[in-house]
Amino acid sequence: MSNGYHIVVCAGIVPDPLQTLEPVAGPQGPALKNEMMLPAVLDPWAAHALYEAAHLAKNAPGSKVWLVSMSPKAKLQQVMMTIAQKVPFELVALDGPASGFTDAGETAAALAKAIQAIPGLDRSRLLVFGGWESASRGAGATLQMVGEILGITDQFQGVDVLELQPDGAFRILERIEGGVHQVSTCAGPPAVLGWATGTLPEPPNQPQIGMQNMRAIMPALQRAQPAGLAGGKIEFLDVRIPSARRETQVIKDLSPEEIAKQIVEWIKG
Amino acid sequence: MEKILLLLGVDAEGKLSKAGLEAVEQARRLACSLDGASWTIGLVGRDVGAAARQVAATGAGKLLAVAGDAFAHPRYASDADAAAALARRSEATLILAPADSRWMRALPGAAHRLGAAVDTHIAGIEAADGAVRVRRWYYRQRIEAVQTRQSRPWVLLVDAGNVEPWSGEAAEAAVEEVPVEASESWNRTTVVGTKAPEIDQQTIRPDAGLLFVAGAGWTKKQADGRVHVEEAAELILDFVRKTKCSLGSSKSLVDLSSEGQAVLPFLTHLHQVGQTGSTPRHPKGLATCCHGEEPHVVGWRFIKERRAVNLDPNCGWAQGKADVLYVADAFAVMREVNRLLG
Repeated sequence: MSNGYHIVVCAGIVPDPLQTLEPVAGPQGPALKNEMMLPAVLDPWAAHALYEAAHLAKNAPGSKVWLVSMSPKAKLQQVMMTIAQKVPFELVALDGPASGFTDAGETAAALAKAIQAIPGLDRSRLLVFGGWESASRGAGATLQMVGEILGITDQFQGVDVLELQPDGAFRILERIEGGVHQVSTCAGPPAVLGWATGTLPEPPNQPQIGMQNMRAIMPALQRAQPAGLAGGKIEFLDVRIPSARRETQVIKDLSPEEIAKQIVEWIKG
Repeated sequence: MEKILLLLGVDAEGKLSKAGLEAVEQARRLACSLDGASWTIGLVGRDVGAAARQVAATGAGKLLAVAGDAFAHPRYASDADAAAALARRSEATLILAPADSRWMRALPGAAHRLGAAVDTHIAGIEAADGAVRVRRWYYRQRIEAVQTRQSRPWVLLVDAGNVEPWSGEAAEAAVEEVPVEASESWNRTTVVGTKAPEIDQQTIRPDAGLLFVAGAGWTKKQADGRVHVEEAAELILDFVRKTKCSLGSSKSLVDLSSEGQAVLPFLTHLHQVGQTGSTPRHPKGLATCCHGEEPHVVGWRFIKERRAVNLDPNCGWAQGKADVLYVADAFAVMREVNRLLG
């Protein structure tokens, strides 16, 4: 495509996976204990989507990448200090909850509204990227609804590969059941792609890109509008940490032969 | 009174999946437990005849179908149109479907068209005091919630592995076909086929009795100060062949391979279990050379019996995450395990 793509990556922030999470009752429903204090990261699958977007933009001259994120501003700013060093993008910030307990439909409506308001966005060249599921709500439903609101009916989920074809079409590999990919061709943008892990490693930090991104990120954070989620659509009756702790038997002094015998008996039992 | 619609995708060979048959059982139980509820099955596929006969004796009041070549393969545009048409025809208040790749792709978008709320990865549904309650996980299986909604329609995508699949006898079926007008937009996406990993055999087997996880330790320096990647690969694949288990990996090992290092080339992102990987369901799981850190272990939520082999007695598995931790060299153990398995 001669003029490149307008790639909008939808990405929330989530607690660092190494943190212990504990639910508490909040005024708007369930929340995480000390949620604002927990270190946060860009949602992992959405981060892969961002790296894939940057890679695609680099290989299609004229392309541009926006990162649309709904999160508390202060937390988003912290995450941006790291993620801004990875790849070039322009931030569109929405001041709202990053909680997993929000409704996917409300979140989709807020994200779609923010995308529609991006100045100069060419909908005929639009690719909406995101993670196929978040590490918070884990619904795997938000992107599809964003696509519907934007009138996009070429949608793909669990994407690991997006290849440009000489005629401008895409060849797309989506994860399906049993460790297999479904292979499709799509005529081109507009399209929605919910990424799984893709094929690219996390880019190294590049301070120059970071400085360049941060010049626009700080004003974007200041401009962030309240997302205006009403809440209350889901009635939570019980929210708890499952009792998953096991009484682990640590066996230190058996020979490999004895261990192997136990394992084989256990497998066959 | 609830009107339940169960959506089922019929594959290109005319079959229903195991996950689909489990959803049949979920819908059947729900309909039986709600006073005055009625339920309908909506089939989508190229030829739905055999599938209709398979579910004819479930007690569903009606069988609807959207059928034709355009619906042979899962595709967002055509599947969303089919789902919306079936939901409108049935006037459903509750729309159930298996949370498989077909319906996870298409149904949330269809829900938006219908003005419906949607909840996915449902682990359980029950009726209490005439109301429908669902159970699902948040934060990658770390927090469990029971929730409900007042608004209707309500779309529920149900995870596999929570009930036994419907297994009743086939019967003659009267299917009411629901017409869906073909749209130009369907032709923008063409499903070409499927692609399996480029290795000598499929090593991801969702229905296997055992999950075998190969961690990053397999590619690290061993006691002799050298790495033994080839032997590791041989031991792992030999075990997978002999037990017909499903192979998984921890994130770190998958990342190493994506960064171009010469490590266990048969492991791909698809094998990854955990925070950014899968959450498989197997009765047993054996982890080797894996530290059992939280981002990986969240993917073990539905593994019932867990054992691990690791040199570190203080690794994550020892902290209440496994039933048994063997503190030992996995190379020596797995060599002997393979010998015993013949």
